[in-house]
Amino acid sequence: MNTIGTGEKPVIHPGSLKRPEGEPIVRIEKLSIALPEGADRVFAVDRLSIDIHPGEIVCIVGESGSGKSMSANALMGLLPDLVTVAQGRILLGGENLLKLSANALYDIRGRRVAMIFQEPMTALNPLMKVSAQIEEVFEAHGLLTTRERRQRALDLLEEVGLPDPQRAARSYPFQLSGGQRQRVMIAMALALEPEVLIADEPTTALDVTTQAQILDLIRRLQRTHNMAVMFITHDFGVVAEIADQVTVMQHGQVVEQGTADEVLLSPGHSYTRKLIAAIPSGMANERPAKEKNATGPLLHVEKLSKTYFMGSGLFGKQRQVHAVKEVSFSLERGETLGIVGESGSGKSSVGRCLVRLQDPSGGHILLDGEDIATLKGEALRAMRRRIQMVFQDPYSSLNPREKVGRIIASGPIAFGEDNAAAYKEAERLLELVGLDARAAERYPHEFSGGQRQRIGIARALALKPEIIVADEAVSALDVSIQAQVLDLLEELKRTFNLSLVFITHDLRVAAKICDRVLVMQTGEAVEMGSARTIFENPQHTYTRNLIEAIPGRAKEARIAALASA
Amino acid sequence: MTEFWKRFSKHRGAVAGLVILFLIVLLAVLAPFLFPKSPWAMVQRPFLPPFENATYFLGTDTMGRDLASGLAHGAYVSLLVGLVSTVVSLLIGIPIGALAGYFGGIVDDVLMRFTELFQSVPSFALAVVLVAIFQPSITSIVVAIAIVSWPPVARLLRGEVMSLKSRDFVDAAVLSGQRSFTIIWRQILPNTLSPIIVLASMMVAAAILVESALSFMGLGDANVMSWGYIIGAGRTVIRQAWWVSFFPGVAILLTVLALNLVGEGLNDALNPRLSRKGRQA
Repeated sequence: MNTIGTGEKPVIHPGSLKRPEGEPIVRIEKLSIALPEGADRVFAVDRLSIDIHPGEIVCIVGESGSGKSMSANALMGLLPDLVTVAQGRILLGGENLLKLSANALYDIRGRRVAMIFQEPMTALNPLMKVSAQIEEVFEAHGLLTTRERRQRALDLLEEVGLPDPQRAARSYPFQLSGGQRQRVMIAMALALEPEVLIADEPTTALDVTTQAQILDLIRRLQRTHNMAVMFITHDFGVVAEIADQVTVMQHGQVVEQGTADEVLLSPGHSYTRKLIAAIPSGMANERPAKEKNATGPLLHVEKLSKTYFMGSGLFGKQRQVHAVKEVSFSLERGETLGIVGESGSGKSSVGRCLVRLQDPSGGHILLDGEDIATLKGEALRAMRRRIQMVFQDPYSSLNPREKVGRIIASGPIAFGEDNAAAYKEAERLLELVGLDARAAERYPHEFSGGQRQRIGIARALALKPEIIVADEAVSALDVSIQAQVLDLLEELKRTFNLSLVFITHDLRVAAKICDRVLVMQTGEAVEMGSARTIFENPQHTYTRNLIEAIPGRAKEARIAALASA
Repeated sequence: MTEFWKRFSKHRGAVAGLVILFLIVLLAVLAPFLFPKSPWAMVQRPFLPPFENATYFLGTDTMGRDLASGLAHGAYVSLLVGLVSTVVSLLIGIPIGALAGYFGGIVDDVLMRFTELFQSVPSFALAVVLVAIFQPSITSIVVAIAIVSWPPVARLLRGEVMSLKSRDFVDAAVLSGQRSFTIIWRQILPNTLSPIIVLASMMVAAAILVESALSFMGLGDANVMSWGYIIGAGRTVIRQAWWVSFFPGVAILLTVLALNLVGEGLNDALNPRLSRKGRQA
């Protein structure tokens, strides 16, 4: 069995063969799932074999498109209509799930195998109260009386650690936070005491501190209920936190299998090594402090505030949300400033105010001494070319109906540059960001996420800005691609002497790229300092919590120690 | 483009619709050659039933005019009215909807109240009044149909523009210094193309029906033979000469059906994610 491209053999560590006594609860045997004709490869999943024993957490790790979610869906009998199982067996307690009728599967789903998803908002019914959604699980299987169901729902909400179960039960999903919704999803999954829990990237959409709590919760519940857990993730940090057994997948094939320690500490396959190496270490490098410019900082932000007004209905009172409260900082030429915080901390609002996609409610933004916070009309338009932005979502940030060349050239054209010259410049920029000049003639949908983000960077560079604001610019990308894009940004920054404002929720990314870091919590700046001081000697409790919550920190320290030994 | 055809041709009804539509267009284009005589010329005895005379195989109407010739020339009028009035109503509806959606606030309020003004009057009654005021002619019919049918276009566009406006690529365009009109024209409108095309195909069908109804009521252009006019003229004698009303009725039915089928096919082909074909990965 060869892997695509490298011809390298998969690495099966002895730990994946030496397993607990007794039968595995789930045994996947040589499972192959065929993709429809015309797809980029024949099999979404190619001869996958995994055993999951009761009381064991098996992580399936891989980048997008590796077939990891498809494997989980096959286990739940939730494959899309277009793909088919070509061969193999999925045994649940000795029974082949692939041979079961639709009705028999209904009974297994929820009762014996349960699943939690990445995005709890879309997985919950927005129009049903939380309690009713949990009760529905019992109802679907015809269990318990109405009263008992309600009581069980409450018990479950308490078990998953919701602070006020009574209130949570009466809430609608939108009234809960992301972490609370994920807890509700877990409560639903646990309702019928399943033997197997499938968790498909359950913490990817969550903040680090919430992620740490949810991982703890899954670990605890798995122990008390002696469940088998199939945990799907792309994040080796999460793997280090939670896994007993690890299976690494690439292009639908298994490239490495073993215990968590075996795979993390002595990865045998080059792809696994690449993935582990691509994780930003969370250790900040020493960087020379930027020389203070004689004329003062390039950008100076003073008491920046942003307040949103939300009307609630026709006669309701207007509600004020202070997204940003009197935040001040400065940015030197050629410096990278990280703005770090959880969702709702106001970090994105700061970014959008800086580029003036939003109007600040108060404070000053001085660019070379000129206040750009209140610019309007033509003066604002003229300023725009000095501060550009790279967006988070590489899919929605490029116009699907415009060719790449035009996307990049339209800025200079809007500022009166000759069309031919602008297109020529666009081709040069494409090469600069590591793409082919011929990409200019193609449409965005022909590119991958990482390539699209490069196009977005080229667009930002087209106007020769002095400052680039990158709002979660690598959050939507796979780790290995993430590392490449970060390197590109770093390199471009040096070539053009750019200043970078790097907004992220991922402290590991911030540690890798930033000179100084500003930590934000609920709209306020709580700590600011050089990246090294922030990571090695955090002063504020909130910063310390954030750093401690980074998944896999303990294990990473061990890996680092091993590597240096 | 080939991808588009693949999806479109999967919809069998749409392909059938396209074929019917093509034949009708062909008939309209070839009418002067197939029936060189004026459709108003009396050529045979009145009330000649169909399939009795080989030259006038669809029979004649109350005045002895050739029904087949009337149908062929009428196809031209019906299609022309349908297309032109749709284009005119798009020209009114798209700018209004786009401006309202993009600028929001007071602009949106003013433009949408104006749109509602037209929507609050039953559209066919308004069309009848407009044609009656302006004297029945092809131009006044086209204008009347356009005036009563643009509000849905404006509403559709407004919604589309509002949702597109919040996309990152529009923010990026703002940051790159493009002006509002460039952004609407280059960034937003191209992305609204598919729903507009789908709506337009259905609007052509609706316009043909309105034109027929107006002609049926005697508000058609007195100088052109249209399907609605033939049905209107034949309705008093429907028990003696069913064919006078029947054939143009079938022609309208087929055209409208074909247009609707094509519209549905376009919808499936242009919005593949919304089509009803199975679960996608």
